[in-house]
Amino acid sequence: MRGSLVSTGASTVTEFISQNIFGLDDPNWFMYLLCGVIAAVLVLHVIAVGALFFIWAERKIAGRIQDRLGPTRVGGKFGWLQTLADGVKLIAKEDFVPRDADAPLFKIAPYIAFAASFAAFLALPFADGAVAHQVNTAVFFVLAVLGLEVFGVILAGYASGSKWSLFGAMREAAQVVSYEVPLGMCVVIPVFVAGTMNLTTIGEMQAGWFNNWLVFHDPFTFIAAIVYFTCATASVNRAPFDLAEAESELVAGFHTEYSGLRWSFFFMAEYGSMFLVSALASILFFGGWHPPIPIDIWILEAFADPDLVAAGPLKDAVPSLVTFLVMLIGIATLVAKSVIGVVVMMWVRWTFPRLRIDQVMATCLKYCVPIAAVCFVGSMTWETLDLPSMNTINRYEVHEDWSEDLAVSTAGQDEVDPDLPEDKNYDDESSDVMDGEEAPIEEDSVAVQNGLLLQEGE
Amino acid sequence: MSDLVSQLKERFGDGIVDVNAETIDDWIEVTPDVLLDVCEFLAGDSAIKLDMLNCITAVDYLHTDPKKAAKADFDPHMQVVYHLSSIEHKHTLVLKVKVDRWKNGEEGSLPEVPSVAGIWRTADWHEREVYDLSGVLFTDHPNMKRILCPDDWVGYPLRKDYEMPLEYHGIRGR
Amino acid sequence: MSTKVDDPRVIEFDVRTDEMLINMGPQHPSTHGVLRLILRTDGEIVSEVEPHLGYLHRCAEKIGENLTPRQWVPYTDRMDYLAGMNMNLGWALVVEKLLEHDLPEKARHLRVVISEMGRIASHLVGMGAYGLDLGTFSPFLYAFREREKILDLFEKACGARLTYSYLTPGGATGDLPPGWVDECRDFLAQFKPCIPEFHELLTNNQIFISRTAGIGVMSAATAINYGCTGPVLRGSGVPYDLRFNGEERYTEMYEGYQFDVIVQDPETGKYPDPHLKEFGDDLDYPEIPKEAILGDCWHRFYVRMLEVVQAIRLVEQALDKYESASGDWGQPIKLTQKLPKGEAYLETEAPRGQMGFYLVSTGDSIPWRVRARSSCFCNLSVTSELCRGTLLADVPAIVGSLDVVMGEIDR
Repeated sequence: MRGSLVSTGASTVTEFISQNIFGLDDPNWFMYLLCGVIAAVLVLHVIAVGALFFIWAERKIAGRIQDRLGPTRVGGKFGWLQTLADGVKLIAKEDFVPRDADAPLFKIAPYIAFAASFAAFLALPFADGAVAHQVNTAVFFVLAVLGLEVFGVILAGYASGSKWSLFGAMREAAQVVSYEVPLGMCVVIPVFVAGTMNLTTIGEMQAGWFNNWLVFHDPFTFIAAIVYFTCATASVNRAPFDLAEAESELVAGFHTEYSGLRWSFFFMAEYGSMFLVSALASILFFGGWHPPIPIDIWILEAFADPDLVAAGPLKDAVPSLVTFLVMLIGIATLVAKSVIGVVVMMWVRWTFPRLRIDQVMATCLKYCVPIAAVCFVGSMTWETLDLPSMNTINRYEVHEDWSEDLAVSTAGQDEVDPDLPEDKNYDDESSDVMDGEEAPIEEDSVAVQNGLLLQEGE
Repeated sequence: MSDLVSQLKERFGDGIVDVNAETIDDWIEVTPDVLLDVCEFLAGDSAIKLDMLNCITAVDYLHTDPKKAAKADFDPHMQVVYHLSSIEHKHTLVLKVKVDRWKNGEEGSLPEVPSVAGIWRTADWHEREVYDLSGVLFTDHPNMKRILCPDDWVGYPLRKDYEMPLEYHGIRGR
Repeated sequence: MSTKVDDPRVIEFDVRTDEMLINMGPQHPSTHGVLRLILRTDGEIVSEVEPHLGYLHRCAEKIGENLTPRQWVPYTDRMDYLAGMNMNLGWALVVEKLLEHDLPEKARHLRVVISEMGRIASHLVGMGAYGLDLGTFSPFLYAFREREKILDLFEKACGARLTYSYLTPGGATGDLPPGWVDECRDFLAQFKPCIPEFHELLTNNQIFISRTAGIGVMSAATAINYGCTGPVLRGSGVPYDLRFNGEERYTEMYEGYQFDVIVQDPETGKYPDPHLKEFGDDLDYPEIPKEAILGDCWHRFYVRMLEVVQAIRLVEQALDKYESASGDWGQPIKLTQKLPKGEAYLETEAPRGQMGFYLVSTGDSIPWRVRARSSCFCNLSVTSELCRGTLLADVPAIVGSLDVVMGEIDR
């Protein structure tokens, strides 16, 4: 199938399945359901296996920082099956609800927290094409859904029937909601520089050497990346901002009364969110699924059929097996970068004391928000004045796909709109994006016609 | 020590009942009536300035064995001992107050001593402990409650004639 | 949400509807032992704190009226169980004071070695647990790693790791084993470079400073009035250390040693030089942060840190003196030694403050009355005053800076 990978509404996987397995041209509702289930299962496994790995990593890292070994018994010398053993233990625990607790809310709270964390993964691209559902405003979607996790926490705190839990929940609510402001501001900066909210687009724009990463775009994005990481740590309640679960003060905060499987859901949600914000940081700032040395591009170029290269995007000129391999490399790279981010969060946790709630709020309002605002203005100025940058991202390159959808839906179901530029893609390797020149904007592209892209000279 | 004693005798006359300067730790015994005034003087006077109260102890002088009681050289009484020291002048003093074991001889009504918690805040908790364990009531105390034993405990454990209750909330005592 | 309160006296508290009565403890990760704090809070701001004690009361004083002094020594261990050696020392000195028994020189130096090593071990727990209260786990484990080595040394000396009963009236139960002095010196040599680690993780850490500086400020007058002693008193700027200012029977133990009272000089605003540079580290003396006010939690913590350094120097001097001293280690008195008629009171500088013992005897071998004056008892009484108007998260910070051990408070 030709055409951009970011196609018009339907998931490529759905099309793939419907065309190749069921022999239909257009997928019907069953295909969508099947693909939805497959995507959900895959994402669920990301969180579950991720939690498994991260809990083990946390204990090992904590042990090593504290001059001891960590788990060493279950699963060989390094104890990597420890989490599995813990999971079995947790499942086997007595399922009880405290007498003063509000039972329905108490039971549902962990699932809400987990669902929010899980839902945000749906829009997170792991590589070009490896995304559960392609959402054009993915950044907005992910941030919005991530903020819903606080509902689960508040419910847990309220429904536990214990004052300590309530305290923890209230603190967490205050913290998460306040930190969404600087978080949003830091996220808007790469969105602005890239010119799109589509995470796949942003990731693809950073293809090439590591100097193409958005973090090196200008000094303000560099600072914004650091502030983003701080705000992300605060919004997932990790130390030094973990007063919602502050052991020494509130026993265990909002999840004091939880045990067994319910408790493990909270923790899967926590590690899922940590992975998510790290992955978001990687995509927005650190090049996404592209390794620092452009091995994936080199592989694609090596296998590219020279006749097809000029006619369309590089991926289409390459056998699908190689595309798949490159996608796997991309997934591995993104996961590696996110794991590094999570490991840094763990490292910070086991080193620093905890901040008090008023100090957390002060950090947010007195430091993070102003710095993020300054970075935003600075980055905006840098971009508008077209000051020199270490990378070659140009937001005017971006093709706004939602306008394409608009054109298709108004033009009719079966016809392909002839006005649609066929291969005006963001990762147009055939054009000279990597060489630092500006690719020409098609004069009569739909976007230009709709007045969405500036023409040259305007 | 001797000039301190003479100063005190001058000011409080009969209040100073006994002085013992030959023992290892010298002590001055005062009556409960003048205790507050003596303490205020000792804590306030700049030359003496006994501004830290180290410890308040209650000692129960009672022989439960009648044979030993006959041979003893004291009558049954309760002593409240105050250990004071001065941070600035680095000297110490021991004050003693002797009271009856039961007020007016009636068993069950506690002897009373004025509280010095207004002079040294340390006395707050120390007097609560003395009340709790030895049964000496301190008048004008801000918070006269038991401190170590549970609030509904009966009896004063450190008294010599104390017997552990048979049971407490279903837990066997002896 | 539960509105039940289990304390029947709470009804008198007259709780307003916008206030919460929170029960912290007795089982709580951060109260140092079984302490129950009832907090009245308005949201996060604490308006009143009432400590409830007695969960660890084991009637040690009553038991003392049934045992001879040497038999009562293990009960002193279990009071401040983190500094057992210093508790033993206090009791031994009081009994010797009543008996008017003098020790040979070697016994005195042995006691200095042991009690100062005990001071290091106790402060390590205090500092580590304080970090734990504030949320940082790693310094706790580093402190315990060093403490384990000290406990190994103590185990070689007396056979026990926590409840030693080593220093008895008359001296000690036995001499230090051969080779102990060299092992002790090796330990000190390896411990000194670890101290800057603690400074980096805790003393100089910006988050630690913002959690402790300016919190729980106690003036010198308040400290003296409430009977606070030890690092709590010296952290408020009062230059009072029983090793200098105490009774002669105690200060003669430290005669000939070179050490300072760890307190901030009111004129220069500096603490005595801990001679960190002699430790072979270029790390300079941590500066007092500008947010720290004299009498706050940071200063109390800092006094403890410097006392550790000073204790190392004392141990070094003591080891040399011990090796060159004459006499024996101080044979313990007879188990059924008859006590003369009379009474004696002695306070010693234990790691957590001044620990006093009062011994009344009517001529028997069994005392008439035994009283232990606990340092933490008075230190804890200040909590209700310090915690008024602070945030909830400051309560463990303040209680941790007072470094209380419930065993000593409840006896």
